[in-house]
Amino acid sequence: MEEVWAALLRSVIFGTPILIAALGNLLNERAGVVNLGVEGMMAVGALAAFATAQTTGSGGLGVLAGVLAGGLFTLPHAFVAISLRANQFVSGLALAMLGLGLAGLLGKRFEGQPLLAPLPEMPFVYLGFGLAVALWAFLYLTHAGLVLRSVGENPAAADLLGIPVYRVRYWAVAAGGMFAGLAGAFLAVSYRSSWTEGMTNQLGWIAIALTIFVAWEPLRAVLGAYFFGLLYYLGFALQDSAIPSVFLQALPYALVIVVLALVAWRRRQGAAPEALGLPYERGRR
Amino acid sequence: MRLEYLPSPSPWRQAAAVALAILAALGVAGLVFWAYGVPPLTAYATLLRGTLADPNGWAEVLRRAIPLILVGAGLSLAFRAQFYNIGAEGQIAIGATAAAGVALFWPIEAPWMLPTMFLAGFLAGAAYALVAALLRAGLGVNEILTTLMLNYIAYYLVQYLVQGPWRGRSLFGFAFTDPFPPQAVLPTLPGTLVHWPTLVLGVLLALLLQFLLSRTTLGFRLRVVGANPQAARYVGIPVGPTLLVAALITGGLAGLAGVGEVASIHKKLLDSSNITLGYGFSAIIVAYLARGQPAWAILTAFLMAVLFAGGDVLKVAFQMPFRVMDVFSGLFLLFLIASDFFAQHRVRWGR
Amino acid sequence: MAEPLLRLQNITKRFPGVVANDGVSLEVYPGEVLALLGENGAGKSTLVSILYGLYRPDAGQILLEGRPVHIGSPLEALRLGIGLVPQHPMLVGRHTVAENLALGIGSPLWPARRIVPLIERIAQGYGLEVNPMARIADLSPGEKQRVEIVRALLRGAKVLILDEPTSVLTPQEAQALFRVMRELRQAGKSLIFISHKLEEVLAIADRATVLRRGRVVGSLAASEASREKLALLMVGRNVSFERKRKPAELGEVVLQVEGLEARSNRGPLALRGVSFALRAGEVLGLAGVAGNGQSELVEVLAGLRRLEGGRVLLAGQPLGPNPAQLFAQGVAHIPEDRIQMGTVPSLSVAENLALRTFHRPPLARGWLTQPAAYRALAQERIRALDIATPGPATPTRLLSGGNIQKVILARELAGSPRLVLAVHPTYGLDVGATELVHQVLLQKAQQGAAVLLVSEDLEELLALCDRIGVLYQGSLKGPFAVEELSREQLGLLMTGGNLAA
Repeated sequence: MEEVWAALLRSVIFGTPILIAALGNLLNERAGVVNLGVEGMMAVGALAAFATAQTTGSGGLGVLAGVLAGGLFTLPHAFVAISLRANQFVSGLALAMLGLGLAGLLGKRFEGQPLLAPLPEMPFVYLGFGLAVALWAFLYLTHAGLVLRSVGENPAAADLLGIPVYRVRYWAVAAGGMFAGLAGAFLAVSYRSSWTEGMTNQLGWIAIALTIFVAWEPLRAVLGAYFFGLLYYLGFALQDSAIPSVFLQALPYALVIVVLALVAWRRRQGAAPEALGLPYERGRR
Repeated sequence: MRLEYLPSPSPWRQAAAVALAILAALGVAGLVFWAYGVPPLTAYATLLRGTLADPNGWAEVLRRAIPLILVGAGLSLAFRAQFYNIGAEGQIAIGATAAAGVALFWPIEAPWMLPTMFLAGFLAGAAYALVAALLRAGLGVNEILTTLMLNYIAYYLVQYLVQGPWRGRSLFGFAFTDPFPPQAVLPTLPGTLVHWPTLVLGVLLALLLQFLLSRTTLGFRLRVVGANPQAARYVGIPVGPTLLVAALITGGLAGLAGVGEVASIHKKLLDSSNITLGYGFSAIIVAYLARGQPAWAILTAFLMAVLFAGGDVLKVAFQMPFRVMDVFSGLFLLFLIASDFFAQHRVRWGR
Repeated sequence: MAEPLLRLQNITKRFPGVVANDGVSLEVYPGEVLALLGENGAGKSTLVSILYGLYRPDAGQILLEGRPVHIGSPLEALRLGIGLVPQHPMLVGRHTVAENLALGIGSPLWPARRIVPLIERIAQGYGLEVNPMARIADLSPGEKQRVEIVRALLRGAKVLILDEPTSVLTPQEAQALFRVMRELRQAGKSLIFISHKLEEVLAIADRATVLRRGRVVGSLAASEASREKLALLMVGRNVSFERKRKPAELGEVVLQVEGLEARSNRGPLALRGVSFALRAGEVLGLAGVAGNGQSELVEVLAGLRRLEGGRVLLAGQPLGPNPAQLFAQGVAHIPEDRIQMGTVPSLSVAENLALRTFHRPPLARGWLTQPAAYRALAQERIRALDIATPGPATPTRLLSGGNIQKVILARELAGSPRLVLAVHPTYGLDVGATELVHQVLLQKAQQGAAVLLVSEDLEELLALCDRIGVLYQGSLKGPFAVEELSREQLGLLMTGGNLAA
C-alpha cells in the first residue's frame, strides 16, 4: 500500500510541471492566441532559474528569474502573432526552436554543475494545484476573466465595447510564458536540481495537447496532468521489466495522439475558444 | 504613423523584405554568439571560411543540401495544400529504417538493391505521414501536434531496433546495426560525403513537384484544397483524399532523404537523432523561404545548408552545442513571418 | 419642438475613389424616430460608423445636445449616450446574456451575477423580454437584438441607432420590435432607424431622411411621406413595383423532391419531409427566416449534404454522389457565401472560372492543364459578362463583390444547366449588379432551366418567381402561385402560421 502511495506521489510530482505549463497555455488560448512555443519557454525558464539560483545561491530568486524569463521570452511571438497578425502556429513553432536553441547554447557552461541548495518539491505541487483553482476562479468569477474569455471568443465584439483586445492578448501570452517559465524553473531548481540540455523532455508539447484534452478547463487539467505524470513514472519504474523501456518512454507521445483523436471524435473540438488561432484586425470581421 | 495595406506588393518589395529578415535574423543570432562569448564577426567569419571559402566546406554544404532539398520540396507542396507537416524528422527516420531493413535482411543483387531501398524508404515515409493525414482528414485532428509526436515515436522505435532485434553482431557495446552490404551503399564524389545520386534525385523531384503543382490537374486540386477547402468541397474536389496525397508526397520525400543519409554517410542504422540532425525542422524554413514553390526549394535548401554546415564549423571552432542550429532556425522563421507583414504593408508617416 | 438631441452638420467622408458621405446634415429630436433610408451603397453604413466612432469624418461636425463632440471610438460613443444595435449581433455566442452585458462595465467580482438586477429593471421598464441566464447561441435573432438594445440602455444611451434591425426578423417579430421602439420613444429616447423597407418606415418613423449616393436628397415628416415619394427619392427615378417575370411556359419536371429529410450540422433534423416538383422554365422561390432549413435543402440538392430520408430525382434520375457529378448532370450552384465558398480568392480569375471544368478538355489533356485554354476561356467570359478585372491572371480577391459574383455566374451558368440553385444571389450587391443577376437568372429560365431561388428579400422573390414556398422549421409550406400571395401572407407563413382556407 505504501508503495502505491509513493508511486502516486511521484506521479503527481512529475505531473506538476505539465500542469503548470498547461495552465499557462490554457490562459493564452482562452484569450485566442495559440502558442506552440511552450517547450522553448520552459527551457528558457529552466535555464534562467538555474543560472540565477547557481550564481545567487537562492532558489527563490531562481524561480523568480525563471518566471520573468518565460514571460519576456514570449514577446517576439506576441508581437508577430498579435500585432503583425502572422500565422500563430508557425510563430509559436519558431519560438520553440529558438528557446531550445538559446537554452542549449547559453546553458552549456552550467552543464553538469550541481545546485547547492535545491528547493523541495512539495511546495511546487501545492502551488500547481493552487494555480489551477486560482485560474478557474479568475476565469469564471472575475470581470478580468470575463474580459479575457470574451477576447478569445469574439474579439470584434469586445473591441466595440472598448476592451483593448491586443493588450489583453499580450498579457495573456506573457502570463502563459510566465507559467511555462515556472514549470521550467521547477525542473531546474527542484525536481532535477541541475541543468542539462533538453531537460524539458517534450513536456511542453504534452502540456499543449493536455489543454485540448481538458477542453480548456483549468480544474480538469489537474487530473489530466497527474495522469500523464503517472505514465512518465511508469516509464521509469518499469525500466527493468519485460516490456522494453523504449515502448514505455514512447507511450506518452502515442497517448497524446490517441487523446487528440478521441477528443476530436467525441466533440469535434467544439470546446475550443471560437477565435482561437485567428489574428484579430479591427474592421475586418 | 499608420500602415497602408498593399493588396499585391511587387516582387521586389517582397524580395527586399525577405532579405531584410535574413539580415535581421543573422544580426540577432550574432548577439546570441556574443552572449555565448564569441564575437559575432569572428563567428560569421569562421562560418564563411569553413563553408563557402573552402572546397571541403563546399562539399559539406552540398551534402547538407541533399536532405534539405528533398524534405524542403516536399514540404513546399504540403504547405500549399495547407498540410503542416512538422514530422519530417520522424519520416526521415522511418525511411532510413525501411532502407536499413531492406539492406540488412533482403539479399538483393547490386543493380536493384539501392532502387529497392529508395522505394522502401519512400513508401515507409509516406505511410508514416499518412497516419497524421488520416487523423486530420477523418477527424480534423491538428496535424502539427500529431506529426510532432510521431517524431518522438519514430525515435524510440529506431532506438528499440538498434538496441534490440537489429543490433549488430559485429559491434559489441554500441547501439548500431551491422554495416550495410557494399551493394547497398551509395557512391559519393571522391573525397567527400556528397552522395550525388541522392542529390540528382532531389533536384529532379523538386522540379517534378513544381511541374505537378503548376501544370497538372492534381496540382490544381492541391492548390484549391489548400487555398480554400470550402470551395473545394463546393465544386466536388475531395478534400480528404487530396490531403492524403499531399501527405504521401511530403512523407515519401522525407523518407527518401533518410535513405540517402543511411546509405551513404552512415552505412548502417543508428540512433535516429544522429541521422535526422534536425533536417526536418530546418526544411520548414526551406519551404517557407521557397514560398510554396518546390523548385525554389533547391535554392533555399542551399542557403540553409550553408548555415547547417556553418553550424558544424562553429561547433568545432567554439565548442558550441548542436543546438546552435535551432537558434538560426527559430530566428529565421520568426523574422520571415514578420517580414510578410512588412511586405504587405507600407508604413506612412503623418495622418 | 425642443432642441435636437443630435445634429450632424455637413458630414463628409471619403474613401479612395468614393465619397461615401457628402455634406450630410440631419438632426434627431428627443422622443422621435428618425428613419434613415437609402439603397445599398447610399452611405447609410458609413454614417452609422461615423456616429459610432468607427470612422472619423473628413469634414463636418457632430453636435450632441448643442455641444460639438468628438467621437473617437465606440466606447466614447457609448459614454456620450449613443448606442448602436448592429445589423449582425456583436455578442459572444458561448456566454450568457448576463456575461455579455457585464463585459466592460461589470463589477470586478461576480460581474455577471451582479448585473442581473440591472438587466431585469431595464427589461421590465421597456417591455423587453430577455432571460439573463440564457446562452446567446440558443437565442433567436430577435432575442439577440433585444440583448443589444438592453446593452445600449444599460450604458445610458439617449440616442439609439438601429441598423437594418428587421432584416433578420419575420414581419411578426418586427411588429414586436416596433412596440419596443414606441416604448423607447415614449421615454424620450431618440431613435435612428435604418432601413430600405418602405412599409416599415411608414409604420414606425416620425420623419424620414433619404440618402442617395452619399447625399441627403430629402427629409420628410411621416405625415407627408408616401411609399411612392420615398421610393422616388431613394432611386431618383420612378420605380415600378411590377413583376419582372412574364408568365412562363413550363416544360418537363426537372427536379422532383419527395419526403426529403436531412440533418443540420448540429445533428437534429433540419428538413422534415419536404416535397415539391420544379419544372423546366420555372422559377421557384424559397422564403423563410434564416436557419429554417434553406441551407440544408440547397446543400442536399448541390450534393454537399447527405439525405437521411426521402428521395430526389433530377430529370428522373437519382442525384449523383458529389458536387462534381451533379454539375455534370446539369446542376449549377450560386452559393450564399460567394467569397468563402464560391471562389478561391487567392487564385486568378481564369483559375476560378476553371474550377468546375479544370479536369476536362479543353482545360486539361489527360493529367496536364492547358494554360492557353485557361486564358482563352477567361477572356471569353470576361467579355461576355463584362467582368471588371485588370486581366485573367488577377487574383479574384482583388475584385469587387459584384464582379466576384459575375465570375461565379459565368462559371456556373456557362453550360446549359438544367437546374440553377441561387442562394441570396444579390445580397450586398449594388443596383446595377443586382439587375444583371436578375436578368441572367430569368434568361436561364427562359432557355429552359429550372431555377430555385432562395432569398430573404421578399420583393425579389415576388418580382422573379412563378411560385414561392416557405420553409418553417424544416417543413415546406406550398409552393403557392405568386399571384395568390401577399407579403403579409408570406410573413405569416414564415412565422409558422397557415393560410386560412
